Amino acid sequence: MAPTKEELERRRIVGVEAERVSNVTSTDFPGHYPGEDYAWDLERFRKSLKIQIHKANDLDYEFDLIGVDASVANAFRRILISEVPTLAIETVFVHNNTSIVQDEVLAQRLGLVPLRGDKKGFQQLRWLKKNPDEPAAEATDFNTVVMALKVTCTRNHATPATETDPEKLYFNSSVYARDIKFTPQGRQSEWFSGAGEIRPVNPDILLAKLRPGQEVDIEMHCVLGIGQDHAKFSPVATASYRLLPSIRIKQPITGEEAEKFVNCFPKGVAEVQTDKKTGQKKAVVVNPRKDTVSREVLRHDEFKGKVELGRVRDHFIFSVESTGMYNSDELFLQAVQILKKKCVDFHEKLLDS
Amino acid sequence: MQREGYVPPTAGGSGGGAGRSGGGGGYGDIPRQTSMKYLCADCGKAVTLNKGDPIRCKECGFRILYKERTKRMVQFEAR
Repeated sequence: MAPTKEELERRRIVGVEAERVSNVTSTDFPGHYPGEDYAWDLERFRKSLKIQIHKANDLDYEFDLIGVDASVANAFRRILISEVPTLAIETVFVHNNTSIVQDEVLAQRLGLVPLRGDKKGFQQLRWLKKNPDEPAAEATDFNTVVMALKVTCTRNHATPATETDPEKLYFNSSVYARDIKFTPQGRQSEWFSGAGEIRPVNPDILLAKLRPGQEVDIEMHCVLGIGQDHAKFSPVATASYRLLPSIRIKQPITGEEAEKFVNCFPKGVAEVQTDKKTGQKKAVVVNPRKDTVSREVLRHDEFKGKVELGRVRDHFIFSVESTGMYNSDELFLQAVQILKKKCVDFHEKLLDS
Repeated sequence: MQREGYVPPTAGGSGGGAGRSGGGGGYGDIPRQTSMKYLCADCGKAVTLNKGDPIRCKECGFRILYKERTKRMVQFEAR
């Protein structure tokens, strides 16, 4: 009763046709095919799961997650965006702000500045439980990080009168994220010292502009939070996946047509190969990963019935871009941990009831 | 613009955006003062005015003066 190899391959492909997509739902669940058991099995999952890393920089990570259902891949994506905790500026205490940027606008800008620091130190931090009655009562060195921003603009008398560039005419004519200074409280000076000091990831973020006599003097409290609460807590710039495109040539495409076929795809997807014996030109798919699935081939009548476009249902090309607090490769592992913890919690709840 | 040098507003002055409770005695033990510091809208110099003084910059004679921003801490949520 076992399905043939071709049948299994067919089930793996989501069809991309000229005007519609076909075969969109996955069918690997119990009771769908008579005589086939699709009950979830750890051993089988272990065998079918594959992870291939394609790009691994500090802030940019691309890998293939093969052999999982879309629901699992999507859970990881959503957890990456909205449930991995990060540190961000939450409360802004404005002592003085005579710049043209209004207090509330500046506060919002400050909140969106991504912060980084010693990763081991971050493990010491705990959640700050918000109490609307006494907002500052609960703050300790375990849950609140204090930053200060104090910049005053003055005139530079050394410049000639003909100078028009404000950067040269004045000192501190711009307030940048690098001016935000960490003020360690209690044991934070041990956790975040030297290169592990809490600081903005990008020092060159422009926060406000000043002119002589204007001043910004602000104290900020940073707390841990999750993206669900506010986008500033999201540890990723983007976390997304796409399915691996598949291009199946059903009948050989030769001669002139081969050139045309190759030109229907982005560079590097397909190429023309010449048979050494016969000298005949033939189109071959080299790297479907590079395809954008523009469906250009399906517009030409000469390829009708010769080519089938699709996407591999369980092959997710994940791309994670970190905002800088964590390296992007750590982020996916954290997402896995969070999902695991949720499952354990749910399991305990089930046992209790 | 030293915070220490700041003269709290008098009964005729302003409390700024943070809002003052009650009348002139909103700051508790700080004594009332009759002079107020303003900023000239034209030359930017600080102008100290007493009660009854003409509203006029002592440097340039400009008649528009700005109140100083409150030095009280204002709290915002970074959202």
